Amino acid sequence: MGKLTIGCFSSLVGSLSLDFSVKLAEAAVKKGHTVDYWMSGNATMMSKKGQRAFKDYSALAKTVQELIATGKFQITACEACAEARGYHKEDTIEGARRFSMDWYLASAFDADRVLHIGGD
Amino acid sequence: MATRKLLFVVRALPYKTEASRLGLTHAISSQSVEIYLKDGDLVEASIAFIGDGVMNCLKNQQAMKHYGLTSIEGHMKNTLLLDMKVMVCKEDLDKFGIKEDALLMDAEDIGGETNTQIVPYSEIQKEMESVDHLLFC
Repeated sequence: MGKLTIGCFSSLVGSLSLDFSVKLAEAAVKKGHTVDYWMSGNATMMSKKGQRAFKDYSALAKTVQELIATGKFQITACEACAEARGYHKEDTIEGARRFSMDWYLASAFDADRVLHIGGD
Repeated sequence: MATRKLLFVVRALPYKTEASRLGLTHAISSQSVEIYLKDGDLVEASIAFIGDGVMNCLKNQQAMKHYGLTSIEGHMKNTLLLDMKVMVCKEDLDKFGIKEDALLMDAEDIGGETNTQIVPYSEIQKEMESVDHLLFC
C-alpha cells in the first residue's frame, strides 16, 4: 500500500476542488492507502469546527472526521494561513492538526504520489 | 540519506489570488524541512514561472504601497538568496513583450549570488521530468 500526499489551496466554499480532493482521499483510504492532506490558504477553513451543512454549499467536515477515524488519514492546516483568517487552534476539528509549511514538504519527501491543487 | 526534488510550477497571476505567493513560500519552507526528516535527508525545491505566472517576476512591484503587503518580488529575492533555482519561460515572456530588464534577475542588494534564469519551455519540461514531484500553483 502506498502513501498519497494531497495539498490544496482552494476554498471550502466557492470551489469544488476540495470536494474532489477529499473524494480522492476517501477512495485511496478505502483501497488501503494512507493519505496526508495539507491545507493552505483558503483551504484551511475545511478543518475549522462549527461548519453548518447547507445543501447549496460544500460541507466536508463529516467526511473528513470519518476519514480521520480510519487512522489512515492525517489532515493538517497551515498555521499562519489559519491564523490570518481568524481561525485559531481551539477552532480546529478533533483530530486535525496545524503546522508550518515545511510539514507539507516533509510529507512529500516520503510520499509515493503528491497531488497539489494550487489554484483557487 | 536521500534527497527529494520538488518543482513548483507557478502559472497564477500575482495578487489576483494567493496561489503564486503560496507557491513561493512553500518552496522557501524547504529550507527548514529537515526538522521533520531523518539526518541527511533533504528536500530540494526549485520554481518555474510559466504562462501568466511570469508576471510574478516583474521588478519594482509596489504591493506595500498599494495593498500594505509584502511583495511577490520580495519572496522571489528570498528564493535567490537561498540559491534556489528560479526559471522563467522565455516564450511566455515574449508573448507578453516582457524584456529581461523588466524582471527581477538577482538579489544582489540582499547578498544573493544566484540569478533568475530565462529559459525556453523545453528546459522547464526537462526539469519537470527530472524531479520527484511537481506542484502546480
